[in-house]
Amino acid sequence: MAVVSRGFGARRRESDPRLPPGQYLTDDFPVLSAGPTPRIEQDEWRFAVRTEGGQTASWTWDEFMALPIEDVHTDIHCVTRWSKLETSWRGVSVDTLLDSVDTDAEYAMAHSYGGYTTNVPLEDLRGGKAWVAFEFEGEPLDPEHGGPARLLVPHLYFWKSAKWVRGLTLMPDDEPGFWEQNGYNMHGDPWTEERYW
Amino acid sequence: MRADNAASIVDGNAAAGMLWDVFGADATTLIGVCAGCGDAAPLAGAVVEIDESAAIVRCRACTHTLFTVLRDGDGVRMVLGMLQEIVRR
Amino acid sequence: MTVGGWRPGRVVEAVAATPSARILRVQVPGWPGNDAGQHVDIRLTAEDGYQAVRSYSIGSYGTSETIELAVDEIPEGEVSPYLVEDVQPGDELEVKGPLGGYFVWRPGGEAPVQLIAGGSGIVPLMAMVRAATDVGAAGSVRLLYSVRTPRDAIYRDELARRGDDGGVAVTWRYTREAPAGWADRVGRLDEAAIRSAAWDPGREPIVYVCGPTGFVEHVADALVALGHPPARIRTERFGGA
Repeated sequence: MAVVSRGFGARRRESDPRLPPGQYLTDDFPVLSAGPTPRIEQDEWRFAVRTEGGQTASWTWDEFMALPIEDVHTDIHCVTRWSKLETSWRGVSVDTLLDSVDTDAEYAMAHSYGGYTTNVPLEDLRGGKAWVAFEFEGEPLDPEHGGPARLLVPHLYFWKSAKWVRGLTLMPDDEPGFWEQNGYNMHGDPWTEERYW
Repeated sequence: MRADNAASIVDGNAAAGMLWDVFGADATTLIGVCAGCGDAAPLAGAVVEIDESAAIVRCRACTHTLFTVLRDGDGVRMVLGMLQEIVRR
Repeated sequence: MTVGGWRPGRVVEAVAATPSARILRVQVPGWPGNDAGQHVDIRLTAEDGYQAVRSYSIGSYGTSETIELAVDEIPEGEVSPYLVEDVQPGDELEVKGPLGGYFVWRPGGEAPVQLIAGGSGIVPLMAMVRAATDVGAAGSVRLLYSVRTPRDAIYRDELARRGDDGGVAVTWRYTREAPAGWADRVGRLDEAAIRSAAWDPGREPIVYVCGPTGFVEHVADALVALGHPPARIRTERFGGA
């Protein structure tokens, strides 16, 4: 048993075992963006999955809403060290979207309205780990937070949950997206602090 | 992206304790060679973000992550990144 | 007995050093001794098992079982307010060390030594001042010490006394407020101030710079611009501005 220091501990920082290393709790939902907020109307919105072989599956907003929709309750972790616990979303599982194509690819590049990209291994998008989400805390997702729809991959740092997502391009090899080209990790696992590379 | 809640940004001297937990010896005088840019420098001079749970150790010349040391219960893990070579002079 | 490298230590003395800093003397049975410039990790454990670890430079050197730390209080901090305001002689904590083989001074070198301290960065450099003086090398050591105001200088009286006694030459730099009658400039250390206080690069000094990260980077850049080779500049950065 470690030596106890009399009277120590009164000023401890609030901590939570659900937090990955180096993260701090927030009740806010900070907005961090590399550029201006795109404004996309539902009737112009499209989502597409393109395979390495050129096959494409795409959905309009109405077609998308006809797919199976799931409730998601999860924690989210930003590389700038804030974490938000027990957030709720509604969205379409990426598994559902990938069921529409045939692929041997192991990686995906998420593309967003406005030009943002981020790369994610398919292994991290499959198996109930990722969604294209359009509702947050019971309300339609705000453009500031990535609405009409954003990718949601909560087990990786939140820059991988691409805002204003418009599609996934499947790739045989991993390639860096926007932040990854700027020094952020290709994978982004918060539990091993894969922040940079 | 800016780190609002950044842990202290210091240097490899501050990671001496965590590195002692890994190696059982002082590692800060070891020269680390970065696979990203080839820079060879004492680990004491690396850019380090450190807090209770981990130290992220980055090459001062090119900023890529050399390695990360993580507390894991009572133990430690050192996850290698761009650290390619260690030299003791 | 050390468990995971942690030795028990007992605070034997706690003395105010500045309005925000305190000198603590900690007895560590079995202490193996330390070189000037090394540091320790201090671990504090609360009654409920909550723990925190912080690094502090050692102001003393040598084989004594009682080591000297100087802790500057960081407002809103978790550990430094406890060490500066709450801890009392008789209290216990845990010590890992000595740590650090890079930012150290050992006797026997021929080159002159330039020490540059920002705020609480003086602590490891004070150990170097004391060690060099004790082996008769004070004449080859210069100290440039940058603080906000005279009241913020840890070890102020000791440094003044050593300087008066022909020991290590100290150049003071005040960044916000100087003592009455101060004739030199007040403000952040710049190249000109470093040039005038420090050993000329032609003397090939070993330079030790310690303080907050921003201070160290600024001073190291200035030293290189003045012609000091990077390989002869050793740095230790503390967290903070």
